[in-house]
Amino acid sequence: MERNQVFFDENRESLNQLEKRLDLGRREFLQFCSTVAATMGLPAGAEAAIAKAVETAKRPSVIWLHFQECTGCSESLLRAEHPTLEKLILDVISLDYHETLMAAAGHQAEAARKDAMKANKGKYILVVEGAIPVKDDGIYCKIGGKKAINLVKECAADAAAVIAIGSCASWGGMPSTDPNPTGASSVAEVLGKPVVTIPGCPPNPYNFLATVVHFLTFGKFPEVDKLGRPKFAYGRLIHENCERRAHFDAGRFAMEFGDAGHRQGYCLYKLGCKGPETYANCSAIGFGDAGENNWPVGCGHPCIGCSEKGVGFTKPIHQVAKMLNVTPPLQYPRIVEEQGKAASFASAAAVAAIAGAAAGAAVMLTRNLGLSHAAQEAKKADSDSAGKEKV
Amino acid sequence: MRKARNTRIEIMTNPSQASVASHAPAPLGGSLITPTTLICGVLIAIMLAVLAVRFFLGLGAVTNLNDGYPWGIWVVVDVIIGSAFACGGFSVAMLVYIFNRGEYHPLVRPALLASLFGYTLAGAGVIFDLGRWWNFWHIFSPSYWNPNSVMFEVAVCISLYIIVMWIEFSPAFLEQFGKYEVKKKLNKMLYIFVALGTVLPMMHQSSLGTLLVVMGVQINPLWATPLEPLLYLLTAITMGYAVVLFESCVASTGYRRKLETRLLTPMAKVMLGFLVAYLLVRIGDLVVRGALPHAFQASLEALMFWIETACFAAPLLLIGSEANRRNPARLFLAGMLLMLGGALLRLNGFLIGYETGDGFHYFPALPELLVTVGMFSVEVLGYIIITRRFPVLPREATTH
Repeated sequence: MERNQVFFDENRESLNQLEKRLDLGRREFLQFCSTVAATMGLPAGAEAAIAKAVETAKRPSVIWLHFQECTGCSESLLRAEHPTLEKLILDVISLDYHETLMAAAGHQAEAARKDAMKANKGKYILVVEGAIPVKDDGIYCKIGGKKAINLVKECAADAAAVIAIGSCASWGGMPSTDPNPTGASSVAEVLGKPVVTIPGCPPNPYNFLATVVHFLTFGKFPEVDKLGRPKFAYGRLIHENCERRAHFDAGRFAMEFGDAGHRQGYCLYKLGCKGPETYANCSAIGFGDAGENNWPVGCGHPCIGCSEKGVGFTKPIHQVAKMLNVTPPLQYPRIVEEQGKAASFASAAAVAAIAGAAAGAAVMLTRNLGLSHAAQEAKKADSDSAGKEKV
Repeated sequence: MRKARNTRIEIMTNPSQASVASHAPAPLGGSLITPTTLICGVLIAIMLAVLAVRFFLGLGAVTNLNDGYPWGIWVVVDVIIGSAFACGGFSVAMLVYIFNRGEYHPLVRPALLASLFGYTLAGAGVIFDLGRWWNFWHIFSPSYWNPNSVMFEVAVCISLYIIVMWIEFSPAFLEQFGKYEVKKKLNKMLYIFVALGTVLPMMHQSSLGTLLVVMGVQINPLWATPLEPLLYLLTAITMGYAVVLFESCVASTGYRRKLETRLLTPMAKVMLGFLVAYLLVRIGDLVVRGALPHAFQASLEALMFWIETACFAAPLLLIGSEANRRNPARLFLAGMLLMLGGALLRLNGFLIGYETGDGFHYFPALPELLVTVGMFSVEVLGYIIITRRFPVLPREATTH
């Protein structure tokens, strides 16, 4: 209680200012901070640090580049159902250059990018959305007369950090699918150094937001794996936290769309679900702020592995996934618990017959033994009396 | 027939047999093909057919076993009751060797033979009931042992006892095959096996009762007592003598031999002694635990309890007096009732008085019954073959 009072001081000036600035209730704001902290799996108290950082820190300048992509990543951030999310995004960061969002156009836009880079040299965050074509000297994508490959190198040179958002920027994504006519490449490949990647098509907006907020709060990015993916979001297979996992373990599979198993929400593994070979937290946090179950598998479609290189846009959607841990057997033992049957006519009759035969035999044997005993006794009595007569 | 005659001549002409006492064991001879052996053969063939199905398709294919009743008649009748019926050898050996009553010696071999079959079949019966029967050899491998388990105690004791009994009984085979040197050597060490043959059954017969203690509240209060091991031991000894009475009466009728009443009458008195001890412990335990009211409820368990108790009490009336103990009909009937009582004590505890939760039922399936019947047929057939071909039953003084 005490700690909450210290951190969430209701009369805090910065909180009041934020409330006015964003036209946002403080309850909603604190909910947002808690959600972001929980998404990253941060310990208790982090939400308060995040709240403080968002309230007071100077918004970092962000330059957002688009290359070979569909703008779905930006859309997913803006179309999040949470009513104030887009406000928050734009409050948390100072989006100085974003081709689809900025009002400016043409030379004006390019000038804004150059100004921002100059003013925040060494401090701005570069976000790249989309793959970069490198084939034929990179002539397949140009913006403002500059080739994508040169643009990304120029912007990355003075950036404090580079984030690749979406599968295209992270590992090539859909544009890099064989035969990859433009030589679509990831940001890391072009820059020749590792960058933070938020793969997905589109990625969950909270994974991006949480990464940025972490940078804002703690001055560094969260821990990443060898592919540059934040571990809080991409540390586990979708399969591990899937709500249909129990069906997988019990061997209950939907075999085709609309069959009885599919209608009952059985596991989609045999329809080609790539959850078992795709690292992402879709199954844990859902998608689009519309509540749990609102993600591809929750809606009844197998995961296509959009965030995983070599899986999404590479393997056929209905090809059965390669199991990274346990492969299900072809057959399962029956899970019906037999409770036994009452006596059948045959078995009851058999028991009665055995009992009857045993009783009959026992009676006959007893009678015979009794008769021979009686005869013996009589004989003995005879000989006894005969002996007496002799005497 | 010819072979039998030959072997008898061989024994008679053997110099070391010249001094045998008039009641020394001898093969009966006679044909092995009789209506009884033929019926047994058919029943055994049916059993083997059922077992073939069981070993290929699993327990579910031939039994009514389920999660609530993992033990059916193959365990309760073939193993638990079967091994109690096989206590004749142990009971008589205890009388002869521990209480030093040498006069009962002629009863040892036939009793031991019945025990040998009973236990060997009980051991085989366990394998039929094991889900993963191919792992049965684990009991002989110390790395698989769990010495804290009651089942382990039972399994190890029974396995060892079967081996010990074959050694105890081996003189009969050695005599028949003329290996007198080996028999002489074995005789010097036989006391060890005789001692083991008395201790081991006491251990596992009581542990079979401990199995019920372990099952706790699933057992009806009429049979759920910490004294169960003592009750099982006392009834096993009593049933041992009862089986000898039964077997002697049946063998004398079947083979048209004179009944050894002079031995059976005093032995029946010993048996009654153990029976009285058992009844005192049984009734005392029910009273002390306050379980007696359960016997007066209108339930199947209460009915079975009274039938069981009647089977135990009736012999006291039947052969209570010395004169009645001389009547073979009464001895036979008393032996039968005690075997039935002991069998019911076990059946009631393990199956009828066992309640594992709502919805579970068990009644043996026909194939299950056929296997149990087949097992008893093996016992009868084996007994006939061995008594006709090997020196087991005492020589009939009047026929020579």
